[in-house]
Amino acid sequence: MDCLNLNEPHSMGTTIIGVTYDGGVVLGADSRTSTGVYVANRASDKITQLTDNVYVCRSGSAADSQIVSDYVRYFLHQHTIQLGQPATVKVAANLVRLLAYNNKNMLQTGLIVGGWDKYEGGKIYGVPLGGTILEQPFAIGGSGSSYLYGFFDQAWKEGMTKEEAESLVVKAVSLAIARDGASGGVVRTVTINADGVTKNFYPGDTLPLWHEEIPAQNSLLDILSAPSPEPMSM
Amino acid sequence: MSSIGTGYDLSVTTFSPDGRVFQIEYAAKAVDNSGTVIGIKCKDGVVMGVEKLITSKMMLPGSNRRIHSVHSHSGMAVAGLAADGRQIVARAKGEASSYESVYGEAIPVKELAGRVANYVHLCTLYWWLRPFGCGIILGGYDRDGPQLYMIEPSGISYRYFGAAIGKGKQAAKTEIEKLKLSEMTCREGVIEIAKIIYKIHDEAKDKAFELEMSWVCDESKRKHEKVPVELLEEAKAAARLALEEMDAD
Repeated sequence: MDCLNLNEPHSMGTTIIGVTYDGGVVLGADSRTSTGVYVANRASDKITQLTDNVYVCRSGSAADSQIVSDYVRYFLHQHTIQLGQPATVKVAANLVRLLAYNNKNMLQTGLIVGGWDKYEGGKIYGVPLGGTILEQPFAIGGSGSSYLYGFFDQAWKEGMTKEEAESLVVKAVSLAIARDGASGGVVRTVTINADGVTKNFYPGDTLPLWHEEIPAQNSLLDILSAPSPEPMSM
Repeated sequence: MSSIGTGYDLSVTTFSPDGRVFQIEYAAKAVDNSGTVIGIKCKDGVVMGVEKLITSKMMLPGSNRRIHSVHSHSGMAVAGLAADGRQIVARAKGEASSYESVYGEAIPVKELAGRVANYVHLCTLYWWLRPFGCGIILGGYDRDGPQLYMIEPSGISYRYFGAAIGKGKQAAKTEIEKLKLSEMTCREGVIEIAKIIYKIHDEAKDKAFELEMSWVCDESKRKHEKVPVELLEEAKAAARLALEEMDAD
């Protein structure tokens, strides 16, 4: 197959989302990492920890987003030691964007930084491709986000509860997975607030089916082990 | 009360047998010879005042500023060698600016005080540098509230709610201790500091002085600035009155 080139760089087509709610933030992402059309990892974790209270959603080039996260984690660690208290989300986001902006010619990664600190509460910062930094009540990114702009225009509201925010994120990621070939797998969420960090996992078969989606089948081999009916008979 | 160094005081890189670095202590003496500088932390901000001794009648009032803004949210009052102080202020401004470029937020006052202290201390480590001959009172207001720090020529930096350096520091500290700072607003604090400075000023030894004051408080929208002219005049008037009442007793 000339469309299957396993030497293509790993890219996370991705759908990533960050949403603030009353008291914290919810970060969500799909789990597909692709090399061309081959799914290199169908259960990736694209929500990476920077500090105890700040996480980042990664999209675009897997390598680029990982190296940026690693550098920022290192700088934030030193900053926390120097400051004597946890870093703020703003500082984390600023460090991310300095790397993204100053290396814009070499990097291809869109990031969403989200977390909670005691001064500003829950905050989301979008750092898209060129290295802009923009504080937003919610942010979407990755190839799957194209299908979500209209959805968020309608479904987003200020001052949601934690449960509302989480279900909004899960619904949105699953909608994007349904339409975007580069997004798929499971939905992972990370909720950050004053009480700490909660990570959740929604396997593909627990997600609702959208328009024209076909129910998942585990394996055609199940048909062989089932009694009497021949394979392929309808 | 002069201590004889006898050979151990020639270089800042030499300890004396009883564990002292004399050069640093001599630098502190330079601070003790300058006009008094006071800082207090009130419940809604920080007020700083300087007894600026006027050496020449021909000097323009308002010149030779001793209080400098380091960042919008903090300022430094310097006692001791003024030129040394300028160097430290410039460094502090640089630190504040570079912190903000990297971290995207205003430098916390605690961090600023730490960096200034580090810089002052740095200059006590090399034989080819001399220690700074100035004491610094740094007042600022950040997201952790109003804070007051004092940095000595040795590089020590502590956080205070009331501090004084210079000629009249002992007298000033005694006066500050009488104040109930946790219940005082900055407006009241300005008047109190003016009174203290007028009181401790020694008319016999030093002739004229100019009062320079600054604050950073809720009223100044958490910006470090000179105390407004009307309030300053009010404070001076109150201070002169208090002096007269004292003399009248």
